[in-house]
Amino acid sequence: MANGQGGAMHESILIYRRFRYLKLALFGIAVAAVAYGFHSPLGEPNGGTWLGYTLGGVSAFLILWLMWFGIRKRRYGPGKVRLESWLSAHVYLGLALIIVATLHTGFQLGYNVHSLAYVLMMLVILSGAFGVYAYIRYPRAMTANRRGDSLREMMLQIADLDRQCRDMAMNLADEINKAVFEAGRSTRIGGGILRQLSGSDPACASAAALEKVQGLAAAAGGEDAARCRRLVALLSRKCELLRRARKDVQLQTLMQFWLYLHVPLSFALLAALSAHVFAVFYYW
Amino acid sequence: MGNGAGGEHVTVAIVGSGPGGLSAAGRAAQSGVSHILLEKTDHASDTIFKYQKGKLVMSAPDVLPLRSDMSFALGIREDILGTWDRQIEDLGVNIRYNAEVTGIERREDGFHLALNDGSAVSAEKVILAIGLQGNLRQLQVPGAEQANHVQYQLDDPDEYEAETIVVVGAGDAAIENVVALAKQNDAIIVNRKDEFARVKDGNRSLILDAIDKGVLSCMYSAETLRLDPGSITVETPDGEVTVKCDRVIARLGAIAPRKFVESCGIEFPSADRTSLPEVSATYESNVPGLYIIGALAGYPLIKQAMNQGYEVIEFILGNDIKPADEPLLEERFAVLGDVPVERVFDMILSNVPIFSDLPHLVVREMMLEATIHRPAPGATIFERDDYSNSFYAIVEGEVAIEVEPGNIARNVTLAQGDFFGEIGLIAGRRRTATVKAGAGCTLLEVPRRTMIKMVSSFDEVRRRFDLAAIARQISTHIAPGISAEDLAEVVKSASVRTFKRGELLFEEGGEANAVHLIRRGSVMVSRRIGGKETVLSYVPVGHYVGEMALLSDAPRTASVRAAVATETVRIENQAFSRLLDRAPDLRAQIEAQYRERLVQNERMEQAGGAGNLIQFLVEQGLGEATDVLLIDESLCTRCDNCETACAETHGGVSRLNREAGPTFANVHVPTSCRHCEHPHCMADCPPDAIHRAPNGEVFIDDSCIGCGNCERNCPYGVIQMAAMPPPGPGLLSWLLFGFGAGPGGNSAAKGEGAKLAVKCDMCKDIAGGAACVRACPTGAAIRVHPEEFMSIAKLAERRV
Repeated sequence: MANGQGGAMHESILIYRRFRYLKLALFGIAVAAVAYGFHSPLGEPNGGTWLGYTLGGVSAFLILWLMWFGIRKRRYGPGKVRLESWLSAHVYLGLALIIVATLHTGFQLGYNVHSLAYVLMMLVILSGAFGVYAYIRYPRAMTANRRGDSLREMMLQIADLDRQCRDMAMNLADEINKAVFEAGRSTRIGGGILRQLSGSDPACASAAALEKVQGLAAAAGGEDAARCRRLVALLSRKCELLRRARKDVQLQTLMQFWLYLHVPLSFALLAALSAHVFAVFYYW
Repeated sequence: MGNGAGGEHVTVAIVGSGPGGLSAAGRAAQSGVSHILLEKTDHASDTIFKYQKGKLVMSAPDVLPLRSDMSFALGIREDILGTWDRQIEDLGVNIRYNAEVTGIERREDGFHLALNDGSAVSAEKVILAIGLQGNLRQLQVPGAEQANHVQYQLDDPDEYEAETIVVVGAGDAAIENVVALAKQNDAIIVNRKDEFARVKDGNRSLILDAIDKGVLSCMYSAETLRLDPGSITVETPDGEVTVKCDRVIARLGAIAPRKFVESCGIEFPSADRTSLPEVSATYESNVPGLYIIGALAGYPLIKQAMNQGYEVIEFILGNDIKPADEPLLEERFAVLGDVPVERVFDMILSNVPIFSDLPHLVVREMMLEATIHRPAPGATIFERDDYSNSFYAIVEGEVAIEVEPGNIARNVTLAQGDFFGEIGLIAGRRRTATVKAGAGCTLLEVPRRTMIKMVSSFDEVRRRFDLAAIARQISTHIAPGISAEDLAEVVKSASVRTFKRGELLFEEGGEANAVHLIRRGSVMVSRRIGGKETVLSYVPVGHYVGEMALLSDAPRTASVRAAVATETVRIENQAFSRLLDRAPDLRAQIEAQYRERLVQNERMEQAGGAGNLIQFLVEQGLGEATDVLLIDESLCTRCDNCETACAETHGGVSRLNREAGPTFANVHVPTSCRHCEHPHCMADCPPDAIHRAPNGEVFIDDSCIGCGNCERNCPYGVIQMAAMPPPGPGLLSWLLFGFGAGPGGNSAAKGEGAKLAVKCDMCKDIAGGAACVRACPTGAAIRVHPEEFMSIAKLAERRV
């Protein structure tokens, strides 16, 4: 293919180049584990032995390199290496850190700045692991939920249905009219982070209006009954669209919100790591 | 001297102050020749004066240098007229307004020009530069002469508001008028034909788009019958229709004011209404001393007319000057040494048969675009798989075509008079062979656009072109290694067929009587399965279809439909069978391919989804794409880093819209350039700013003038008109200190300066290739060649 950009098919980060970085990570873990197994330091294994320093150095370097991804991602200039390659390596080498850094601790944890760095690192990796899960799980769900519409198109359809509902309700009982008007005025998509993540709105004004119209329709007769039926159909369609729109927001949020943990935690880790390294060498 | 009442006597009288007349008067004034420029209205250059306000006046042909004392370049109507008015004064042109010439009479002592105010002018020479636009064709129907709601021109479309306006005509002027009027009026266009042929491509898409969107309505196959006050009546296929309207604008073109011209003694070669008088090489008519320049002499372009105005004065002064393009041609021919331009022409006309029947002026125009090469023996002219698509003719010497890489024994030699490069030109695809220069080789390279124009306008060129192309296409794509003699019968039986998008080449169950080799475009093979048409495969250019039924001697087992506008070489059955009888190797090879296709078709029938995906992609225009961005939505996290990357690498404006565009089976086709085989955007670019790079990238260079033709011509909406926003801050100053809007954030910023066309250039100047693909973190975005992506093996991998 032109420009040397790989094959003619899509390839996910997990299987990228036949698991190139998974193999690298496993190899690194194996080397560290074997070294740890054969290493017999004086006293208990800890970060202060030659192996401890080596594993610590490797881990610290890995952390800095993994964080560099944030910069690399925003560099769009020339270069042969695809960002996908970086992300694949970021994921597998990041996961490898669980083992390498744990071996560095020699399984000694306590209430101190050293363990704080370790805990923060684990939280960063945990949030990243969720990110990987989200990236694999949700894109497909999003396409399925959208059925070819963009969120904007769904919004336009909802606005259009809203107008039709109001026109229809105009000639119906005041109570219905009020409920439909309220549905148009105070139906919300999204909101706070929790609302977005839930993907639903238990207090949805449109759902309430639908229920109300259903209830009142029984009492209506003649032409009003026909109007009510049509209104029920319109409101149902609106509720269905609202459900899809909220689901879309939910999926989008699921794919993004973990970054708001992953990135700040990384910086917290960087601070704790600096303190850890400083403390170690200052009190040599 | 004057022998008329109050007559003024001059050396040269110039009739008409259009571009040609003005230029002649300017030259006369500059050379100190006594002259008079007679203009029938109260302003100069009435035709351009009557253009729509703010109209962009084109300066084609671009390669032709302007030779005039008046200036002229591509620009807005108002600027051009203003400049000319100033120059009339600066040069001291003796112009008389409101002076309509009613008769020109040749007397013994010179010409006698009678004017409408009763006065007269006498002159030794007369230059007739009246053009055609002063004589607009009018409606020849009952009521047209009395009607006061009919007009034949439109100065300012914004003058009219909330009217019902009927525009009669289907030319460029009619289209431009009706579209402009439709903005604030109820506009209807009356077209005598059932389509808009013979107009600029940009205007065609403009009008069809407007009709599609319901901005205006069109009456096709409608003939004007009569005009009554406040209405127009037309005959349509559904019967007579009377349309109530406030205004009728008829744009029917212009013809020579024959009566007047003939009254001056000038002869027309034929009785045909569109016939024009003939002039000599010095623009002199059959009446000695009476010269004709510009549109009336058959040169309708502004720049041509202006050059002729200059030249005709020089000729009158007795200076035998060379045409304006002579220095350019000399420069182009410099590679040949000190050979006079005329000699080079003679050489080309006598050595290259495909061009030898063309009129001299046509060849001259072509040569302004073409290049002459003198490659050293052994030098590479082009490489196999290059995307260049110019056409080459051998003026002298020979070239070697490497049909099979690394196998010199199979090289084919072409000699003087032959041509090559036509396969790539027709297919819009990569070169199929490498070509190297032989000894003493002189080549003429004609660019794609020029050659396409030549092939489509001159039957003889097309005939010779096709004859050679068919033989080579068959030999390249079907029967490599078969001798020309063995192929002769097949070639003789072959003909070129064209198919519109969606048209059937042949149908399942039909009689198998021919094999089709696809030389341009692509096709889809389908079969009816359970009452539903199921796509089995996609066949790109350079492959053939229809051989299966032929080998098995059975009816067609599948239908084949053109995926885009397609051209095939149709080979008759008997000829093909006899060829296979003569060439057992070829038969074995085709039989093997047949068996392979059987297996593949079976696989595709089982996995119906893949066929649907092919159909979907072809509907999205991938049938004519050479390289397309496809996003796998099961991997795409909607982060839009692709758009950001595009904007960041292209002056702040993203050339792709990720979210727009349809999706099928998780394959999303975003709005982004497909780098078509025959790019629609290239078709009508006034400065010829759109090119194809050797790797296939279609890009727009700096000479874009922002006319928007390409944006309108692109069926996929991937070109936008944009002004570049100011450059943003560096990454670290944004990241660390919060300066600016961050990567990609600038696209909302309003750019300054003129809007120019921008589109994907596949990052051809950026090492590493397409930024969108490189910046995709999850591998969802890939650029592919459609024929690879839609190949059965690849689709099977996908398991759709």
